[in-house]
Amino acid sequence: MIAIIDYDAGNIRSVGNALERLGAAYELTADPARILAADKVILPGVGNAAKAMENLRERGLCQLVRDLRRPVLGICVGMQLMCRDSEEGPVEGLGIFDAHVRRFAEAPDIKVPHMGWNALGNLDSKLFRDVDSGSFVYFVHSYYAGLGPDTIATCRHGGTLFSAALKYENFYGTQFHPEKSGSVGAAILRNFLAL
Amino acid sequence: MVAKRIIPCLDVKDGQVVKGINFEGLREVGDAVQMGVQYARDGADELVYLDISASREGRRTFVDLVRRIALGIDIPFTVGGGIGTVEDAARLLDAGADKISVNSAAIADPSLIGRIAARYGSQFVVVAIDARCLGGRWMCTTHGGSRPTERELFAWAREAQERGAGEILFTSMDHDGTRAGYADAVYARLAEELSIPVIASGGAGSIEDIRRVLIEGRADAALAASIFHYGQIPIPELKTALNKAGVNVRL
Repeated sequence: MIAIIDYDAGNIRSVGNALERLGAAYELTADPARILAADKVILPGVGNAAKAMENLRERGLCQLVRDLRRPVLGICVGMQLMCRDSEEGPVEGLGIFDAHVRRFAEAPDIKVPHMGWNALGNLDSKLFRDVDSGSFVYFVHSYYAGLGPDTIATCRHGGTLFSAALKYENFYGTQFHPEKSGSVGAAILRNFLAL
Repeated sequence: MVAKRIIPCLDVKDGQVVKGINFEGLREVGDAVQMGVQYARDGADELVYLDISASREGRRTFVDLVRRIALGIDIPFTVGGGIGTVEDAARLLDAGADKISVNSAAIADPSLIGRIAARYGSQFVVVAIDARCLGGRWMCTTHGGSRPTERELFAWAREAQERGAGEILFTSMDHDGTRAGYADAVYARLAEELSIPVIASGGAGSIEDIRRVLIEGRADAALAASIFHYGQIPIPELKTALNKAGVNVRL
């Protein structure tokens, strides 16, 4: 059973839909007991990082997520919450990934939010098994995690090379939306399910 | 760099995809979910579903359809048509839509844009604008192009951006249905004036038309309907040709 953490952080149904397409059983839950009992945990998130962090804190889930020893996948804002901190607020994160989250600088023809399909590079994890460098995935975000020791994939937006994905021990995070990234996204989710 | 997007648009009436020829003589062309799944497989980057049902029953059918689309397809999709309140937008978000588009209702009450954006983020709000050139000025129209307004296209697009729109979907009513090319110069000016992405719509007849609006028109995405629905331009062929012509597209 996969637990998708339900903490009122945007359109999280699409992650469940993607798991359903892959034939994986899941539940949307904020119940600590259910999250602890799950084989894998997904922390989705769309919207404002500070608000999302507050929602997670209100549900008493911060320490619980940090202490998980099963595979955990943070998606988009979910990944950003797993970093040290974010300029969006600003807000302290869970501190799982050694990365800071900053806002993209706007420039002519460099639009913010970074929205649409962009190419992955420097793939370095089992999460990307059978995924080619240069594969396109779908992004929607205005804030990004910089490069660091936990970076397992990169992407470029204008002059900024940022972390498209992060990993630390059993924790994974993708800035992009695998659930909206066609067959490449499905392959990445399948790899996560196979961990 | 973010790839230029190719977006098939599906007009839906009572759960079936139809394509209006100048908004008259609607023809059914297929099942909305099946067509979406096929387009996603063919390499469409995003889909737009517009509800053109006039009845309440039709609207309810559409929400159910959005739920089935969200389950069926694995690429982002926008839904529009008849969204007049934050609650309408919320219903579609809950059903699984990635974005909603507002058109006539936003012109009637521009604060709608900001209210939806404040609740769900700018990335969720596409402002669709239908306009035609009258005496040298591009003027907005509503209700599928049938009603003129006093709003000028560029001023309205800028206002929509300031109010929180995440994208502008501009359809030239002068070009729509002609298959003679997009209003390239108008898109180039929108790109100049706006910092949010612009989706071009209206006039696609050939691969060259699409290449031109993406490069010379500087549009972020090209939307079309009939050339895709009737198989005139298969999407894999379109994308291969665009790639060869040096356009950054997802293959």
